[in-house]
Amino acid sequence: MSNTAIVIEEGAETMWSGGTAPMKASYGKLMMWFFLLSDAFSFSALLIAYGLIRFSHPAYDGALEDFIFSQSYWPVPEMVFEAVPFLHGVHLPLVFVGIMTFILILSSVTMVLAVEAGHRMDRKGVEKWMLWTIVGGFTFLGCQAWEWSHFIHGTDEGGRLLDGSIFFGANLSMNQYGPSNFAALFFFITGFHGFHVFSGVMLNFAIFYQTVTGKLERVGHYEMVEKVGLYWHFVDLVWVFVFTFFYLI
Amino acid sequence: MSIINIETMEETSQVVAQPVDKEKIKKIWKVAAILAIVTLIEFVIAFTLDPSGAKAFLFIALTIVKAFYIVAEFMHLGHERRSLIMSILLPITFIIFLIFILWYQGSAIFDLLYP
Repeated sequence: MSNTAIVIEEGAETMWSGGTAPMKASYGKLMMWFFLLSDAFSFSALLIAYGLIRFSHPAYDGALEDFIFSQSYWPVPEMVFEAVPFLHGVHLPLVFVGIMTFILILSSVTMVLAVEAGHRMDRKGVEKWMLWTIVGGFTFLGCQAWEWSHFIHGTDEGGRLLDGSIFFGANLSMNQYGPSNFAALFFFITGFHGFHVFSGVMLNFAIFYQTVTGKLERVGHYEMVEKVGLYWHFVDLVWVFVFTFFYLI
Repeated sequence: MSIINIETMEETSQVVAQPVDKEKIKKIWKVAAILAIVTLIEFVIAFTLDPSGAKAFLFIALTIVKAFYIVAEFMHLGHERRSLIMSILLPITFIIFLIFILWYQGSAIFDLLYP
């Protein structure tokens, strides 16, 4: 009589109430996809608005060596984002933002490895790779905090405003780098993305916690890892576009 | 799979992790390498070519290459049902529509401000 046992079948959770899974995807995964589609619209609108505002300002057309910050044209991004921590005063264009890009791509890779471990019901593997993903997320956020701080406090020389005074750094109404919209768009676009990274790290931590306590193993599958994984890859995807349109072009 | 004993309602974990499929892991790192290499190429272009329309076009093309690998492989969309792929990709055409409209608007505003 002690042999009586109920065996919970795997895969039953992926069925919708109608007993079938439309598009062969579970309800949660499909809804995550549609949420990401709507989020893609938000980010596209922001980046396209950046393009609209940028192209309604004059572009700098002199030689790159002679570039100085001015309110009369849009700044060249690689002349603005050229600082790296601990290397004060060294001109290293786009190096720091490149490092940030690699960190985010790497944390995306560790997330795929966590999903793969989940498919094999490998709890230790999921724990290890989720933890690396969380570490990568926090590192990226730390880098972004430094970059914002540098952008807000400005360079040693500062830049000349329209009234002739020298201004250091940036806020929402004026900045040393160029037209006021430049800093406003920087804060809004990288800020909105950074907030996505932050909420992604929180979601990853919640799922990491459920893995460590054994909840997901008891549930019988690691689909939650896949769902937060989709969100995390999307955050990486958005950064790829922000990197191109804000920093490279 | 977990087994619940009806008498005691105790749950015993009998989960055994399945062995690692080396091919799968290799493929993940291959995609990661492609993303890293494309990013490096973007860096090289950023410092060797002079600003031009062709340079911007190259950046956008390389960005779409990266986006393809992230969405198709990392997000696994490339291996989903065709109906799911289409229900995500087709709405994206609205974004292309918006790009062209605001591109046109941006140059119109520029012509107004700096005649």
